[in-house]
Amino acid sequence: MVKELILVFIATVLINNFVLKYFLGICPFLGVSDKLSSAISMGFATTFVMTITAPVAWLINNYILIKFDLPFLQYVCFIIVIASLVQFVEMVIKKFFPLLHQSMGIYLPLITTNCAILFMTLQLVLREYSLIKSMVFGFGSGIGFTLAIAIMASIREELEFRDVPESLKGPGITLIIAGILALIFVGLAGLIQVR
Amino acid sequence: MRKINVLFSDFIKGLWQENPIFRLLIGMCPTLAVTSQVKNGLAMGLATTFTLLASSTIISIFRNFIPKEVRIPSYIVIIATFVTIVSLFLKANFPEISKELGPYVPLIIVNCLILGRQEAFASKNPTHRAIADALGMGIGFTLSLIALSSVREVLGMGTLLGHQVIFGNFRPWIIMLTPPGAFLTLGLLLGLVNIINKAVKNRKKKKQ
Repeated sequence: MVKELILVFIATVLINNFVLKYFLGICPFLGVSDKLSSAISMGFATTFVMTITAPVAWLINNYILIKFDLPFLQYVCFIIVIASLVQFVEMVIKKFFPLLHQSMGIYLPLITTNCAILFMTLQLVLREYSLIKSMVFGFGSGIGFTLAIAIMASIREELEFRDVPESLKGPGITLIIAGILALIFVGLAGLIQVR
Repeated sequence: MRKINVLFSDFIKGLWQENPIFRLLIGMCPTLAVTSQVKNGLAMGLATTFTLLASSTIISIFRNFIPKEVRIPSYIVIIATFVTIVSLFLKANFPEISKELGPYVPLIIVNCLILGRQEAFASKNPTHRAIADALGMGIGFTLSLIALSSVREVLGMGTLLGHQVIFGNFRPWIIMLTPPGAFLTLGLLLGLVNIINKAVKNRKKKKQ
């Protein structure tokens, strides 16, 4: 059981990395990756929301959508859950951790439209994960996102002092670096057997 | 006459000047994910265009009735409804394409292009202008997907829309079909678009 959970975690962080394998969350990946500190804040905010969203989505799917036979409402339901959870998390953080809110605040609303979260909720239904596995999956995908965006930010901080061709400056060179990073992550695919 | 001019400029800006992918850099996730073949890129482009057009129309009709405080959730629910329609339609009529696009069809809901247009345009402008804007943006998006996917399909498989286009002793570049290929191609295409834009600007300056 524990071994299985660890396998799910490693597989989601390294092998099926959300950013570099499934191209999810590319907008924050390009937009917020110019400074390491803000990239890490964004990453942890996303991880936090994902870890909470996963079990809630699982409960709603198993106890409402399946029970009352409403699979066609899945998209609408999940997106509402995500949007309201993000709002809720923002209010809680603002009330109890004002310092954290100052550093993380502007990123929280953006998380609603991070496609990684919707993808994660749909995948855990598709793969028929159990409740605990879903939580690990949500946490793992958040960590994978944080890892990718933090690596990218550290490279881009160095890149500021380098001579980049004029036309590739900004998003162009970022995408090319992401390509090379993705190539490295492809190399990790043989690490463990996953489906 | 002036009215038609306004409509035309709303439409045309999405094709190049404010092209969602190459100029505004929004809606990148489906762009990278489904463009390994022209067929899939085209299907994703059309699905997005339909959703954008339908939700822009509805939201601009109701723009004075939706309270400001809850506008984003209302937009998302409207968009999600149309995406559900598209998803069921694809499943029923084009099961093969639906299977290949797989999880990326529901992700149209969170495509920042659609929500961005509602927030920036449809919620502030009359319906006919919103429709022109949505059509321009949608077609611009579709054309960019076709551009990106034709490069990847020709180099990665030697085919275009399933027809052989490169003959002789060509060994396909498999990397073009994998995630790294998507990132590299889009990065280089962005550079190319920047070079063209700069050349156009320089020529305009010389004329003056």
